Amino acid sequence: MVYSSKHLIGLSEISREDILTVLDTAKSFREVLDRPIKRLPTLQGKTVVNLFYEPSTRTRISFELAEKRLSADIVNFSASTSSVKKGEILVDTVKNIAAMKIDMVVVRHSSPGTPHLLARVLDANIINAGDGGHEHPTQALLDMFTIREKLGKLEGITVALVGDISHSRVAMSNIYGLKKMGARVLVCGPSTLIPRYIERLGVEVYHNIDEVIPQADVLNILRLQLERQRKGLFPSLREYHNYFGITRERLEKATRRLLIMHPGPMNRGVEISSNVADSDHSVILEQVTNGVAVRMAVLYLLAGGRSEIN
Amino acid sequence: MRLTKDVIVSRKGFDPLPERLLLKGGRVIDVEENIDETLDVVIEHGRIVEVGQVREDGFNGDVLDCRGKIVSPGWLDMHVHLREPGSEGKETIATGSLAAANGGFTGVCCMPNTNPPIDSQEMIQYIKDRSKGALVNVHPIACISKNREGKELSEILELVEQGAVAISDDGSPVMSAELMRRALEYSKMVNVPVIGHEEDMTMTAGGDMHEGFISTSLGLHGMPAVAEEIMISRDIMLADYTGGRFHVAHLSTRKGVELVREAKARGIQVTAEATPHHFTLNEEAVLGYNTNTKMNPPLRSEEDRLAVIEGLRDGTIDAIATDHAPHSYEEKVMEYIYAPFGVVGLETALGLAGTELVKKQRFDWNQIVRLFAVNPYRILNLPIPVVKQGALANLTIFSPEATWTVKAEKFLSKSANSPFLGWKLTGKPVAVINNNQIFKSVL
Ligand SMILES: [Zn+2]
Repeated sequence: MVYSSKHLIGLSEISREDILTVLDTAKSFREVLDRPIKRLPTLQGKTVVNLFYEPSTRTRISFELAEKRLSADIVNFSASTSSVKKGEILVDTVKNIAAMKIDMVVVRHSSPGTPHLLARVLDANIINAGDGGHEHPTQALLDMFTIREKLGKLEGITVALVGDISHSRVAMSNIYGLKKMGARVLVCGPSTLIPRYIERLGVEVYHNIDEVIPQADVLNILRLQLERQRKGLFPSLREYHNYFGITRERLEKATRRLLIMHPGPMNRGVEISSNVADSDHSVILEQVTNGVAVRMAVLYLLAGGRSEIN
Repeated sequence: MRLTKDVIVSRKGFDPLPERLLLKGGRVIDVEENIDETLDVVIEHGRIVEVGQVREDGFNGDVLDCRGKIVSPGWLDMHVHLREPGSEGKETIATGSLAAANGGFTGVCCMPNTNPPIDSQEMIQYIKDRSKGALVNVHPIACISKNREGKELSEILELVEQGAVAISDDGSPVMSAELMRRALEYSKMVNVPVIGHEEDMTMTAGGDMHEGFISTSLGLHGMPAVAEEIMISRDIMLADYTGGRFHVAHLSTRKGVELVREAKARGIQVTAEATPHHFTLNEEAVLGYNTNTKMNPPLRSEEDRLAVIEGLRDGTIDAIATDHAPHSYEEKVMEYIYAPFGVVGLETALGLAGTELVKKQRFDWNQIVRLFAVNPYRILNLPIPVVKQGALANLTIFSPEATWTVKAEKFLSKSANSPFLGWKLTGKPVAVINNNQIFKSVL
């Protein structure tokens, strides 16, 4: 199988077949990560630029590691959005990048649509590492990869996305991806953190977590953006934790063995209690490992690789 | 392209009208005079001297063939941002006037959100000086509040005496109900409308587009329709309470149209305008993140768009105004959330009315003339131009059937931030005549 798009901008924009190709390819790379020598010559001679306009330690390190494992040449460009005066620099940076004959750009930016902007002006393959509240496709791919590894399939699985759904790129990419793969998707959170019309994407909306837990195979617990409280979207962390926090007591209502996921970084004691995060239901650290394999797969496929690797 | 523009600008762009000019064989539409028939018009020294049947051979003067074209009283765009002074890189009074003429307008009203803003006699005088002697009449709109700060009333009596035709803090809403109340009361003394940019900013802060399914899908922050409707509703109540005249700028939502319709039925002094982009596009235009789809109010839902069209059809919405808001390429090529709000509109308004309203929605050109050439003058208490013997020639001539493609390089505006680049439109400006000058459209 071959990945059919030039870019990975969002799971809303690629086909079920392409998602499957990434997941299958990632399986082979996941095995490579368990070998003593983890480096492959696949991207030798290719230059990848990591363009991070938003601070992100985890995603950046994961991408960098994936690139290194594939022997790519790497250029890192980081700038916190606050220090970049209203984006003028982006256009200039992009023009400079184009002149450097690079092959791929991994971009993280607080503005939705920035990967689209880059795709319009650059010849390179664009990988979206998170654009504002729009999409974070590699996160959703690694979430789906993890579910598939643990439960053997995606079709028919019930996944609940819990918490701050509004302007959550992780939630959006998971919804687009999981729906394409035939999963049932529930979203659960305070009504002020669930965007209007989300049900048009084929998800079911809940505001009571105790109704969700008995139905779910997977709880993907989203990070609560703490500044949401200051914006008046919920009254207090205390109330949030009491009504939406995932605790061991709540999990006793589960009817089957639940998979607990979190994209990180966690607010322990807010959206997730420590005894859940560290329990044997939790696959949170495996998600991190799988993230490298999924990103290797994406880089490899965009460089023209086929899903059968050796 | 830049060269042509400079050449035109340097010779002021507008040609003197020939001493005697015959407009031959056009369909003359003048709703005020109840005219809609094929007539010839003779203009002498800038004044209409004959309307009737005039033989071309033997006519002593120049002839402009108007067969297949419509000759209308001159069009007025009552909502334009000319950017001078302060942002001359985006537009100037000279280039904005040229763009207006190119798009079929003989008059514009310029909004006061310049830098400095139009809140003093000096600024009104500046606008008048800079537009003096041109074909296009530039009518300044003055600020409601000093420095557009929304705190204290500007010197409205003096500003109006000096030539302001309305007051508005456009670009920003008047968030204080108390200030809006006083503006409506105070402006009654000089009978000018208070033009409201209707937006409850506590609900729209940080927003980039209409709040709906598309904003959710694109991850952009929403500006809900209700934020506009709340303010329209408040200001209708204040107009009712004070007896002042309230004009809704760029009305864009279904409930907003309903509110104005009800208020009019109850005899409240309210009028409204809508823009070509709001009657042509809906929120789906934002898919793909083209920053030329970012404006305020944002492109709304299809339901809202259709309600705006019905409002234009039944007279709830009195006028079409473009909200021409030029921005440089460099500013619009930014990330979506950083790009400024606003699109140019002067040079596409006629074509969009012809395409969307006449061709698709079966409006009659008489209705279009009323929306562009009659009601804006009436709202602002300005004399309505007429096609009549003895009147000064203030005319817009256009081809209702001609199709053309919108191209940035044909714009005479300094900016080209239009969502309609590359569109094929039906209805094309041909020429405008005013102040004893003529300009032939180069679109
Ligand atoms: Zn406005």
